[in-house]
Amino acid sequence: MSDAAAITGDAHAHGHHPDLQHHFDTLEQQHEAATLGMWLFLVTEVLFFGGLFLAYMLYRVWYHEAWVAGSKELSIALGGFNTVVLIGSSLTMAMAVRSAQTGYRRATIGWLLGTMALGLTFLIVKVFEYKDKFDHHHVPGYDFHVDAAHAGIAGPMEIFFSLYFTMTGLHALHMIIGFGLMSVITWMAYKNRFSPQWYTPVEMSGLYWHFVDIVWIFLFPLLYLVDRTQ
Amino acid sequence: MSHIAPKSMYYTIFGILMVMTALTVYAAFHHLGVFNFPVAIGIAITKATLVVLFFMHAKYSSRLTKLFVGMSFFFLAIMFALTLTDYMSRGLKTYPGGAGGAGYGVRSAAPAHEAAPAGEEHKEGEAAH
Repeated sequence: MSDAAAITGDAHAHGHHPDLQHHFDTLEQQHEAATLGMWLFLVTEVLFFGGLFLAYMLYRVWYHEAWVAGSKELSIALGGFNTVVLIGSSLTMAMAVRSAQTGYRRATIGWLLGTMALGLTFLIVKVFEYKDKFDHHHVPGYDFHVDAAHAGIAGPMEIFFSLYFTMTGLHALHMIIGFGLMSVITWMAYKNRFSPQWYTPVEMSGLYWHFVDIVWIFLFPLLYLVDRTQ
Repeated sequence: MSHIAPKSMYYTIFGILMVMTALTVYAAFHHLGVFNFPVAIGIAITKATLVVLFFMHAKYSSRLTKLFVGMSFFFLAIMFALTLTDYMSRGLKTYPGGAGGAGYGVRSAAPAHEAAPAGEEHKEGEAAH
């Protein structure tokens, strides 16, 4: 890049891509740095959710009967529907990134809006699931009780539902943040900010969204499915 | 600039993920004994791997990025392995013919009011019911 132009402060008269920041040599290098940084963030996210999954594992071994009973209170129909919706949103997100890579602005916007719609669908279904838990007094610390057959394991079941709400709640929070990211990206795409040379925000949001999808890929079988035959 | 995968790849991966979702629900309703849990986790890990490799482009990333991807699961494995080694072995005898280790019976030593031995209390609850 041109040092002379940088020194004179004429930042963008010199001949490099407008989205190439001055501390990078090339767009490829900039893209590589962004990807690596995003993955480093995702490493911390993996361990963040990993701690909760570990807590789930330990309590599951200790209070297996409560885990079976708690799991059977959850709706496989709603959970399964949400799994399909969320994996579908991962597909639309991947297609949004691909459209950005190939420079199809309208397609990028369309796929992003589709992803947001599916994300919103997931959250709305989650609201109905949560409402069901409130109706059945399965919310820990809020007039919690279980039916007479499970009276002896009410305490451990409260732990199950604590983890259920913590894990799905944090997952939902990540989706809300992802929805916010997507709104910004869609606006940027609308403003024609991306090109096949530079679409980093779309790709990084995609990585984040796919990670959130992966968390749910584990939450669904662990919370809803594994103890059905017990 | 970076690898552009054909659309068909994304649709194929999505299809596989859907089939595996159906498979895990199907398996959940069949009594596989101790294998219900490993099957569910195995399918989930396979699905997650597909998402990481193809949707997140890890397959087409630089070696340094791949190292970071692997690192997250490596540290996760350390966290699980070391913690579970402790908790899962607490009821084990520490020498031939000896008594259990320091944490022996930790499951039944939990607060008596509701926690432990869940199975027995459950039966009592049912009897009362």
